[in-house]
Amino acid sequence: MVFFSYLISGIGLGSVYAIIALGYTMVYGIAKMLNFAHGDVIMVGAYVAFFMLSRFGLPVIPSVLITILATTLLGVTIERLAYKPLRNASKLSVLITAIGVSYFLQNGAQLLWTSSPKIFTSIVGNGSLSLFGGSLTVDYATLLTILVCIIVMVALTLFINHTSTGRAMRACSEDQGAAQLMGIDVNKTISITFAIGSGLAALASVLLCSKYPSISPTLGSMPGIKAFTAAVFGGIGSIPGAFIGGLILGIIENLSKAYISTQLSDAIVFAVLIIILLIKPTGLLGKPMSEKV
Amino acid sequence: MLKVENLVVRYGMIEAIKGISFEVNDGEIVTLIGANGAGKTTTMHTISGLLKPASGSITLDDKDLVKTPAHEIVSMGLAQVPERRRVFAQMTVEENLELGAYTRKDKEKIAEDFKMVYELFPRLEERKKQPAGTLSGGEQQMLATARALMANPKIVLMDEPSMGLSPLLVKEIFSIIKDINSRGVTVLLVEQNAKMALEIADRAYVLENGKIVLEGTGEELMNSDDIKKAYLGG
Repeated sequence: MVFFSYLISGIGLGSVYAIIALGYTMVYGIAKMLNFAHGDVIMVGAYVAFFMLSRFGLPVIPSVLITILATTLLGVTIERLAYKPLRNASKLSVLITAIGVSYFLQNGAQLLWTSSPKIFTSIVGNGSLSLFGGSLTVDYATLLTILVCIIVMVALTLFINHTSTGRAMRACSEDQGAAQLMGIDVNKTISITFAIGSGLAALASVLLCSKYPSISPTLGSMPGIKAFTAAVFGGIGSIPGAFIGGLILGIIENLSKAYISTQLSDAIVFAVLIIILLIKPTGLLGKPMSEKV
Repeated sequence: MLKVENLVVRYGMIEAIKGISFEVNDGEIVTLIGANGAGKTTTMHTISGLLKPASGSITLDDKDLVKTPAHEIVSMGLAQVPERRRVFAQMTVEENLELGAYTRKDKEKIAEDFKMVYELFPRLEERKKQPAGTLSGGEQQMLATARALMANPKIVLMDEPSMGLSPLLVKEIFSIIKDINSRGVTVLLVEQNAKMALEIADRAYVLENGKIVLEGTGEELMNSDDIKKAYLGG
């Protein structure tokens, strides 16, 4: 039973990673860039949610909606101002710009909100669900996280596969030139992708902080890197890959913390990543690029 | 219908197209023939907006294409079957065709056009749920052609449709081009396979090193000694 409770909280943690990883993987799939500022968008989301809930005392749902709106605007603005002018620049320039944006957001947050941590109040309270006569307890935050992750996955899969915009996104990820010949506005599609990824970042921030309530300007870095790892793990560019990668990563991390060592858990996570990439360089669900002439 | 005047296209310092002019009239099949590197694909990409010219003008029914972004040119009635087909390999045949109609809102007419392209290419209907990447080269060429037709274009640009196909398939593709043309779609065809292209073309232009060196009806060029020597193998 103790094992199951570690497993379930691992799935909860993994669900947050999966939601964040979707942001990395969708942007990579379509704009072919690594948006290293994604983790910091989550941090900004956490502060916005904190102010809405604790300072302005708004109810949960409006607070979450405002947070989604704020991170979406932030993501689209970052794309417009920092990445779009570099559309034809080298990959390295874009990567360095993304790291620059990440530091800009972190330092901006430090300036505005200081570096002393603030305490986030969980949106579902601190209660937990007791199962099997109390031998297995699952806190509400974890339950909610898993539930949201499932809803996001299903909704996103339907959107990508069955809407005209979703098809346009897949077309852009395969061949931007041919997509333009179909009449698809590539810039607009990239903006939509950033908007979705950043909107999901808002959900991730609220869920993450409901479980780990201390928020500070560097809050996004570690989950950001872990989620990026999850995206690579599952096969960057693949949406189900981000989901599976996130879950596996969360489970490995939590089980190693429980049974091996708290200090070594991150090392173990990254070691597993390295092994997977040695065996399958494109990640678990990554497709090898093939072209028929 | 389509008019290109004094078009110059540069890649950095290199002038790939050195001031060419040609036109395609309503209902014609016009071909642009030339060797590898003559500038054929560059010309196609400039017309469809993927490349922007250094100078010169391109108009479609007197509307300026040079200043129009690539993704808006399709809805003006110009579709392209790109070189090497460029189908969306991971998406199904059906999804590829739906993308062809991406800019259109007329649902009923789109459904009719689906029927029309499936009639024209029965093999595509058999394979509509299959990823396009699993099709053979000839089938991919048909898909790229059908995808362009789904845009309901007035004019189709076809870039080297015969590339990499067996002689039998090449024949089939060219008879399809004629068929499409007889349905009222104007065709601008770019080809290395000069013989086949001249056979079906109303008029032709010969492109050499970024310049048009010869023009005439398909028949005239077919009988020209220069063309016979350079492109038709004797």
